[in-house]
Amino acid sequence: MKGIFKINGKELEISFEAHKVLLDVLRENGFTEVKEGCREGECGACVVLLDGKPVNSCQVLAASAMGHEITTVKGIGTLHNPHPIEEAFVEAGAVQCGFCTPGMVIATYALLKENKDPSDEDIKRALDGNLCRCTGYVKIKKAVKLAAKKVSENE
Amino acid sequence: MRDISKPVRRFDASEKIAGVARFVDDHYEEGMLYGKIVRSERVRAKIKAIKIPELPEGYHVISAKDIPGKNRIKMIFDDWPFLAEDVVNYFGEPILLVVGPEREKVYEISESIEIEYEDIPAILSVEEALLNKKPPIYGENNLFADYFFEKGDVENAFSEADEVIEEEFKTGFQEHIYLEPQGMIAKYNNGRIEVFGSMQCPFYVKNALIEEFDTKPDKIRVVQTTTGGGFGGKEEYPSQIAGIAALGAYKTGKTVKLVYDRAEDVEFTTKRHPSHIRIKGAVKNGKVIGIEVEIILNAGSYAGLSSVVLQRGMFAATGAYSIPNVRVIGKAVATNIVPMGAFRGFGAPQSIFAIETFMNHVAKRLGRDPVEFKLSHRYRKGDTTATGGLLRNEVRLPEIVNRVLSMSDYYSKKKEKKEGKKLYGIGFSMFLHGCGFTGNGEEILKSIARLKKRKDNKVEILISNVDMGQGPQTTLRKVVAEVLGIPYEDVIYENPDTDRVPDSGPTVASRTAMIVGGLLYRAAKELKEKWVDGEEIVVEKQYRHPEYIKWDQEKFKGDAYPEYSWGANVIEVEVDPITYEIDVKKAYAVFDLGTPLDRKIIEGQIHGGMLQGIGYATLEVMEQKDGRFMQRTITDYIVPTALDAPLFETDLVSQPYEHGPFGAKCAGELTFVGAAPAVCAAVEDALQIDLYEIPIRPEKLLTIMEKKNESEV
Repeated sequence: MKGIFKINGKELEISFEAHKVLLDVLRENGFTEVKEGCREGECGACVVLLDGKPVNSCQVLAASAMGHEITTVKGIGTLHNPHPIEEAFVEAGAVQCGFCTPGMVIATYALLKENKDPSDEDIKRALDGNLCRCTGYVKIKKAVKLAAKKVSENE
Repeated sequence: MRDISKPVRRFDASEKIAGVARFVDDHYEEGMLYGKIVRSERVRAKIKAIKIPELPEGYHVISAKDIPGKNRIKMIFDDWPFLAEDVVNYFGEPILLVVGPEREKVYEISESIEIEYEDIPAILSVEEALLNKKPPIYGENNLFADYFFEKGDVENAFSEADEVIEEEFKTGFQEHIYLEPQGMIAKYNNGRIEVFGSMQCPFYVKNALIEEFDTKPDKIRVVQTTTGGGFGGKEEYPSQIAGIAALGAYKTGKTVKLVYDRAEDVEFTTKRHPSHIRIKGAVKNGKVIGIEVEIILNAGSYAGLSSVVLQRGMFAATGAYSIPNVRVIGKAVATNIVPMGAFRGFGAPQSIFAIETFMNHVAKRLGRDPVEFKLSHRYRKGDTTATGGLLRNEVRLPEIVNRVLSMSDYYSKKKEKKEGKKLYGIGFSMFLHGCGFTGNGEEILKSIARLKKRKDNKVEILISNVDMGQGPQTTLRKVVAEVLGIPYEDVIYENPDTDRVPDSGPTVASRTAMIVGGLLYRAAKELKEKWVDGEEIVVEKQYRHPEYIKWDQEKFKGDAYPEYSWGANVIEVEVDPITYEIDVKKAYAVFDLGTPLDRKIIEGQIHGGMLQGIGYATLEVMEQKDGRFMQRTITDYIVPTALDAPLFETDLVSQPYEHGPFGAKCAGELTFVGAAPAVCAAVEDALQIDLYEIPIRPEKLLTIMEKKNESEV
């Protein structure tokens, strides 16, 4: 089937098979910043924003996402024009292997939209759906705190 | 001079954050084929017949018969095939590869292939393997390795002892759960095979392919793609995936992508070796004067690296303790399950868990404080290790231990336990880790590192070691830039490509910073002397063991490692008195890993390593039933999340190693080994019981507590 997807602010017409999940449609169309870590909705590597809400894109039927706003990490910032959250991740040393990172950034973005000054507990809960095997989460939590500060300073 | 330990912006961070770093599955090429492995559905069987349906055009099924060279993955032993021939030895063993242009069609074909088997009695446990009643999997007795070494006179120690204490410990399987599943892309052009993928050891892959295709080294090229975690899981196993993918490319002439999904990765790739460890200690006048340790590792169905994993485990058998009379026995046993493999610590975590827990139990029996008891046995400078190696450097354990005790306020917390709904406990561990390859490994490898100064005065690091998250792209750049006195940005370090880099050895054994970094340090010193602006200059350095290091690989005598790193951990837990769930609240650590090459990167290693160790001790349960793992996804196999992670407080003591760059020693594995015994000691403290097994499962605790409560009534 064919449909219009709004990805990172751009409308794209994409043909896809009806049973496909959003993760596959995104990755097959070049949005490889959305990572496949498990396909079970457990690891959070494939998290994107769907109308501003974080979802595991492996658990969303692509057809159901047509016409909705889809945001990947590339819709938040770019290599040369990073979002303050992304800068916070670098500064805090929150990136190791980097495979979970795009999902972590999205989860952080979603959290800070709702809660400008999250507590440690809020941060842990917001990141609970995103697995990381490298960092012990310490510097990721630090990055979220730092990001909150940066985002509020930017406003 | 800049402070080498001062954190800098990681060189790989921005691309990873922005989503532009390309992992193996992010590579795509027009006309590329997708691969899917057809796996054994039996635990142990003869393959009687294979029925392949009629294939649509463009689809192919590839088997062991298509391998032009040797169907054995080059490792230490010669037993592990790329694709099974007539016999399968574990559930899930690769038999065939299906390739074709549409992924879903490939999957469909792989499911429609029928394989007829004739079962062979499977060996489902170490006990069964040792009984040797069924046809052996390996050799005559199922032993991939059967080792022994001694120091002093153990029998005499037992006869002189006031008391002999014997205990048995068990540790479980552990799955790596690197976030990026394994995968490879292979190409075949003009008689040349090229493989791109997620890996720790490009030359392991290259050497495996040379034998598989019976070809010359210049016909094989291996390139590492940005690797999403390894932890040992991408040490030897990628050679198998690469070999299978390359065979697909070789047969079809097309690019083949073979990427595992998570379920495949959890169920069918290597795991940490489960162990049974028996310790018998001779105690006299309040000291352990003799010890016999028997380590039995479940190695799975093929030898893989198990013999060396066992050696590292055996050399760590007495932990950080100087015990005059030692006997260590080790066996790596074949059973019909996936081959066990490398995993952070490589045999040492099993031994350190056992010796640490044993020392705690002996201290309790003697009415001694475990910390003080352990310190009274600690290694000192000038002592000889269990293998008779000399500790040439200062062993700063007293300082390390004092700092972790004061940081955690250990004694006051232990004395005045927090009152609450949950049962509070605090535990301590101290330990060491041997840096670099075990025994004569580095001497055999003779690693080469190269620096190339370009005409534009930028300097390129040419080594085969990879950044899989542990940070060498940043730390090794710093080492070279610092020696040369040039900006960090003027040092280049790309993902290794075997066409361009010399073999500086695998990215394992915490050797990259100390051994390869040491070579780069020396190369940079020489380059500095030869430096001429605007000219191209190449400097190469080859590893040689310091001359004072003596090792006998036959007898396991001498310096098993050139140097050691040290550490102590304190862990606080709360145990729910009804469900017996363990909540790890706080983790404290002090390490001596020499000079840190970047404090922030080292902290990342510490937090990640310790949390993986905490998972190993608690949540990470993997069991086999009738030759299959019961945990086959990350819904079943639980790794710690942000909610499970404790608060950390860590610090460093730095005793430099003269041959490490700026004094760096080993770090990555050290951070893992002490967590499990500290968690165990904390749970023992909370419930006032003795434990002998990890992972510590709530249902086990419940049984133990019911028994305890009955006997107390």
